[in-house]
Amino acid sequence: MDWLKRTWLPILTHVGALLPLAMLIWNFFHDQLTANPIQYITFRTGKTALVLLVLTLACTPLNTVFGLRQVVSLRKSLGLYAFLYATLHFLTFVGLDYQFDPELLKEGIFKKRYALVGFSAFLALLPLAITSTKGWMRRLGKNWKRLHRLIYLAAFLAVIHFVWLVKSDVREPLAYGAVVVVLLALRLKTIRRTLVNLRERLANRRRGYNRVAFPEDLN
Amino acid sequence: MKKIPSSEITPESIYLSRRRFMGTVGALAGSALLPSGLWAADNYEELRKELTPLKAITNYNNFYEFSTKKEEVAPLSQGFRTSPWSVKVGGHVSKPTTFDIDDLRKRFPQEERIYRLRCVEGWSMVIPWMGLPLAAFLKVVEPTPKAKYVRFETLQDWKQMPGQKSSWYSWPYVEGLRLDEAMNDLAILATGLYGNPLPPQNGAPIRLVVPWKYGFKSIKSIVKIDLVGSMPNSLWMQAAPNEYGFYANVNPAVDHPRWSQSSERRIGEFFRRKTLPFNGYAEQVAHLYAGMDLRRNF
Repeated sequence: MDWLKRTWLPILTHVGALLPLAMLIWNFFHDQLTANPIQYITFRTGKTALVLLVLTLACTPLNTVFGLRQVVSLRKSLGLYAFLYATLHFLTFVGLDYQFDPELLKEGIFKKRYALVGFSAFLALLPLAITSTKGWMRRLGKNWKRLHRLIYLAAFLAVIHFVWLVKSDVREPLAYGAVVVVLLALRLKTIRRTLVNLRERLANRRRGYNRVAFPEDLN
Repeated sequence: MKKIPSSEITPESIYLSRRRFMGTVGALAGSALLPSGLWAADNYEELRKELTPLKAITNYNNFYEFSTKKEEVAPLSQGFRTSPWSVKVGGHVSKPTTFDIDDLRKRFPQEERIYRLRCVEGWSMVIPWMGLPLAAFLKVVEPTPKAKYVRFETLQDWKQMPGQKSSWYSWPYVEGLRLDEAMNDLAILATGLYGNPLPPQNGAPIRLVVPWKYGFKSIKSIVKIDLVGSMPNSLWMQAAPNEYGFYANVNPAVDHPRWSQSSERRIGEFFRRKTLPFNGYAEQVAHLYAGMDLRRNF
């Protein structure tokens, strides 16, 4: 049971992150990818990549603000899964949809602003996926953290990519944008401190204390 | 009885010269010098081989009155009441008439028209419609000289069409044609598909089909047709005037911010096809736009 207690969250993460791909394959073999399968695969992989990107971004604030330490270890897998779906998304567009046709791609990628920002988001994720190993973390030292702030750029570009893709109703892409903004705000020192204080105070009150705690690890 | 100004009707001479042209081109086609689409426009037997399966035509629909998701239109539209149904024709006409759909079907002989359909989103189909020529229909109500445009309107009934609850679009759906476009032989009011009455998701009981324009011009479930003096403001022109113009002729040379207009994916095919000017119907309709800057009038 102890083993399960330790591993249920990583297992859930892997299963949850692979499920969209499994469903896509299932739908493919059951002719459930609509009349326009290539476009549908593009949508589904793109949406999954964005959701996973947001979940990746949520790990750190969930730990620092809400004290959910166990989610930190999920960050790397979630980030790599986000990259996996972004790669599938990109390859579907370039390979299946445009069949690597240089003429069509020139128009498809460089003349469409939505495609350009989407492509940029993918390029921003690429070095992060490459340097996700322990070796690269050690080699880059302090710069690793700096480099990996690119994930915010990738997330914002992905949201803009989504906004520019919808015909008129921008509520869904903007909802993703709002979540990214909130997650970024939670990293700001003042906001983080305020929230942690509030949490500590509530926790202490429940325990019967009145003293406000300032944990040392929050600098 | 007022006559339709002759300028508004496709002259018979053009119609006949087109026939002759088709004959000549048809003879040349064996040399395979021309892209097949160019002369297949009038050649139903050629297009018949490329028909999109009924299942795709009836399950992949842009019909925002029901849903903005193409796969959800078919299930959401199944209870749609198409009888009784009437089409009210008015405006600058000598004989304003309200047609009952059953009378309308009886009054005008239905003919099969196999047309390519090119969606502005970069996909296309080949659809065997049943319908009546729009020109024959309009002649019956007798447009007056003041009539310059035809304005079409879809049913507004959010109880039946849940998508109309969305305030992102200005319902009801409105589309329009210049009168000479409407009088072109290619323009039809379709009432059927694959030999059967139109299913709700395809615009039952009666819809416009103008195959040389992007699909959104072919307005569905029409309840009102008005002959008007000025250019109608369509739903899409209001929603995104920089993306959707009044003419919306299929034009590979005019780019769209999101979709490739120089190529398209025919539903059911893997490789993209080159998109043809006027969707392959240039021979029949290009003269309508002689002297116009089609980049500006997109």
